[in-house]
Amino acid sequence: MENFGVQIDEIIERYPDKPEYLIFLLQDIQSSYGYISPEAMQLACDRTGVPLTQGYSVATFYQSFRLDPSGEHEIRVCLGTACHLKGGQRLVEDLERRLNIKAGETTADMRYTLNTVNCVGACALSPVAIIDDEYHPNATARKLEKRLNALDQTDAADEKEAGHA
Amino acid sequence: MITFKINDQEVSARPGWTVLETAREHDIDIPTLCFHPAVSASGACRLCMVELREGSWSKLVASCIYPVAEGLQVFTETERVRNVRRWVFEMLLAACPASPEIARMAAKHGVTSTRFESHDPEQTCMVCGLCARVCEEVVGLSAIATVDRGVHKRVGAPFAKPTDVCVACGSCVTICPTGAMQSIFDSIRGVPATNLTQLG
Amino acid sequence: MHNSAIAVKTEPVRLQSAEELNALRDRIIAERDPQRLEVVVCHGTGCLASGSAKVSQAFRDALETAGIQAKVMPGIKTTGCHGLCSRGPLVVIRPQGLFYQRVQPKDVAEIVQRTLIEGQAVDRLLYRNPDTGDLVFTQDDIPFYKLQERVVLRNVGKIDPTDISDTIEAGGYQALAKALTTMTPEQVVAEIEKSGLRGRGGAGFSTGRKWRSALSAIKKKGRPVYVVVNGDEGDPGAFMDCAVMEGDPHAVLEGLIIGAYALGAENGYLYVRAEYPLAIRHLEIAMAQARAYGLLGENILNSGFSFDARINRGAGAFVCGESTALFTSIEGKPGNPRPKYIRSVEEGLWGRPTVLNNVETWANVPPIIARGADWYNQIGVPHSTGTKVFSLVGKVNNVGLVEVPMGLPLSTLVEKIGGGVPNGKPFKAVQTGGPSGGCIPYHLKDTPVDYDSLVAAGSMMGSGGMIVMDDSDCVVDVARYFLHFLEEESCGKCLPCRLGLTRMREILDSFSKGVGSEQDIADLTSLAQAIQDGALCALGASAPNPVLTTIRYFKEEYLAHVQDHRCPAGVCKDLITYAIDPALCTGCMTCARQCPVQCISGKKKQPHVIDAEKCLRCGICKESCKFGAVLIS
Repeated sequence: MENFGVQIDEIIERYPDKPEYLIFLLQDIQSSYGYISPEAMQLACDRTGVPLTQGYSVATFYQSFRLDPSGEHEIRVCLGTACHLKGGQRLVEDLERRLNIKAGETTADMRYTLNTVNCVGACALSPVAIIDDEYHPNATARKLEKRLNALDQTDAADEKEAGHA
Repeated sequence: MITFKINDQEVSARPGWTVLETAREHDIDIPTLCFHPAVSASGACRLCMVELREGSWSKLVASCIYPVAEGLQVFTETERVRNVRRWVFEMLLAACPASPEIARMAAKHGVTSTRFESHDPEQTCMVCGLCARVCEEVVGLSAIATVDRGVHKRVGAPFAKPTDVCVACGSCVTICPTGAMQSIFDSIRGVPATNLTQLG
Repeated sequence: MHNSAIAVKTEPVRLQSAEELNALRDRIIAERDPQRLEVVVCHGTGCLASGSAKVSQAFRDALETAGIQAKVMPGIKTTGCHGLCSRGPLVVIRPQGLFYQRVQPKDVAEIVQRTLIEGQAVDRLLYRNPDTGDLVFTQDDIPFYKLQERVVLRNVGKIDPTDISDTIEAGGYQALAKALTTMTPEQVVAEIEKSGLRGRGGAGFSTGRKWRSALSAIKKKGRPVYVVVNGDEGDPGAFMDCAVMEGDPHAVLEGLIIGAYALGAENGYLYVRAEYPLAIRHLEIAMAQARAYGLLGENILNSGFSFDARINRGAGAFVCGESTALFTSIEGKPGNPRPKYIRSVEEGLWGRPTVLNNVETWANVPPIIARGADWYNQIGVPHSTGTKVFSLVGKVNNVGLVEVPMGLPLSTLVEKIGGGVPNGKPFKAVQTGGPSGGCIPYHLKDTPVDYDSLVAAGSMMGSGGMIVMDDSDCVVDVARYFLHFLEEESCGKCLPCRLGLTRMREILDSFSKGVGSEQDIADLTSLAQAIQDGALCALGASAPNPVLTTIRYFKEEYLAHVQDHRCPAGVCKDLITYAIDPALCTGCMTCARQCPVQCISGKKKQPHVIDAEKCLRCGICKESCKFGAVLIS
């Protein structure tokens, strides 16, 4: 986060200083930092000339905005109708039990954030879960468990390697 | 002047008036909670619904925002209107059980009990947004706003922290129809950023 | 803008006239041998999710390393959705049109050798007719495709959506050139009116009449006027618009530019759902290319008409599919709907006259202009002309994207095109119109799928989601699902919606626990009526529809829950128990290992037993059992 100041300025400069660009700015901040900090929100509001209250209203109204840092890996379980009929909710419940968090939350070790999403347009492959942009078609609790275990292992190996270096 | 009928009674209105304004001018009672003449109407509480009829066609509209037009046929006490009102009151009684204002108004319209359980016995706020509108439109500060959405919607300051933008003018407390702002107020008010004497 | 770094594939030439567009098209066609060997890999969201990007990469690698011994090196084309998503990844070999399904990277070497080099089919990857068992070689011979008529999806799955020369070869922008050079704006509006086109996004309002009203609003209020694409496809379980934007973005863009010409708009907006990153990317590329070719921007085709557009990414709010909420969102605010007693053609975006149509509606405009309203209104039925794209999902064999003429019986869609319900059972109901629509029961299977017939059956066309349910789906659960969905998506502004949807859902919650009475069902109906009458916007006003139609057609199933405390479909957790059939259980112990609360016991190779007291009814045991020994009662 050392270059926070530099980078955030670059984002802020991307759009004209009009209120209609507030959502664009918040989206770009979110995709660079994974969440919108109070400081970043203030900068976005100042740039677009809207009161902070409105920035906060916007950020809390739309589901894709996060006001807290998210975990290293994001798990999204689709709960569109097709996925619901094929047991998407069961996947969510299983992950909630496994990670000991509720949907929308992040594990205490900041490893995983569990979110639900209403349809990703891959209904033929329901139920669908997405882990870090990787689609898992016809997902089952077992398949997802395997994937999470694999992630834990590769991350642990990476860390070990980094430790040696 | 524009003439039309409310409950078969002929009424007249100035162009640009709403059905509600006209009704009040003619002492026809239509209940409202989220309406206040000092700020823009938002059509949120839906207690002011009235039925428009034309032959066999009919529809319900919110009278606080529906503009008058020549020849309208407005009815304020039809079965459909009462059904909306009854359910909104029943749900309000459960949502804001601690608000005597809501209980009084519901009782006036014949609703004294609710089939729904209350989730919070202390609650008085029904999130009509009058406080936020008065702060933005009359005081000109936007210290508070409605945040979040849907069932989670509530009134507050950014990041749920007291805000320096609030100058403690009390307009929101005065305009609040349910008495809710009295208890919310202290959580909003921070240290005013500009001291009025310094400005002078 | 954020769409920098988008390269145009071929060197763009700014086209100065319709003739230059035609000359370019002729040149592209002449350069391309129609008999060229081509590997077409579906890169729609569905096939990508099943791994088609790995398949196209494997083809690239294989062709590079194999140094293939063919006269002409085969081209590899990645396209939008082919439709039959449940069989993905899909690969088509041209010019023969061989249709391969469920292709994996490991199959690629064989396809290269057998098909590309030796010219033979790989039988095991071909589609097999489920009735006859016969091999089917080409797409057109598959029953799923045979009954379809592709107007909107004319190019989807055929062209590379990121290469404008494919679009131009396929006749893209011909309608725009025709409108700009041979038609007055008035004539364009008249043609759309005559076509009978109705909005494909929801209520089915006449598109021509909408444009006409906008013209009279402009007369009163003057310009600017805005044209807007509603690409906020929120219906969960529907992906028609996603497929069009991904697979043929120029079709949407061309429709929008024609609309802008008809109305005299200089600026347009495409509001696209955040969950469709690929659609956004392809639209950005398409717009950059169209600008480079002089088809978008200043002085289009040197006609003197200028128009440009910008993309607004949605930020995750279903309610923004509602017109006034969409406008407030474009303005940078929370997507709260505005009370709508003044129509948006008069007072829409920035308070100006605005024409908002959904993706599929805009994509219908170019073919109507190119081929004429008389051609168009021969398709479909009198009050619902043209075709409709549906996403056919749920308990149906051929899950995917279909486009059919309006007015086909529901059963044709589900049974003939969709191939019926797995296991050959009749379907139980079809939900059309998404959360705002309703459930149509099996006994109404002959209902023609057009705007008015669906409304008469208590449902609606909506945007085209079609969810097939079988006897293992519970209507109380489905109604509850949609209510819960809308409860989460309600903006919370008006009380009937914010408070009412929760209260309706709570009543259904108690039904799903077997608690309730006939009076509760009556209360639910009355509350539903109050919400329909009282809600501020269409989201709230239509939210009770799934509940009302399921009560109308499946009252007995509701009564089974509240009177007999039984969920006939075996879905509602509190009314079911899991048990293991000792005759089927092999004692493999898989379920016991999987059970999150260790409530399954039994020795190896001995039948196992579930402790019903401890059981969470999570269903993991049933899912993991390879022998079908876990039963629900």
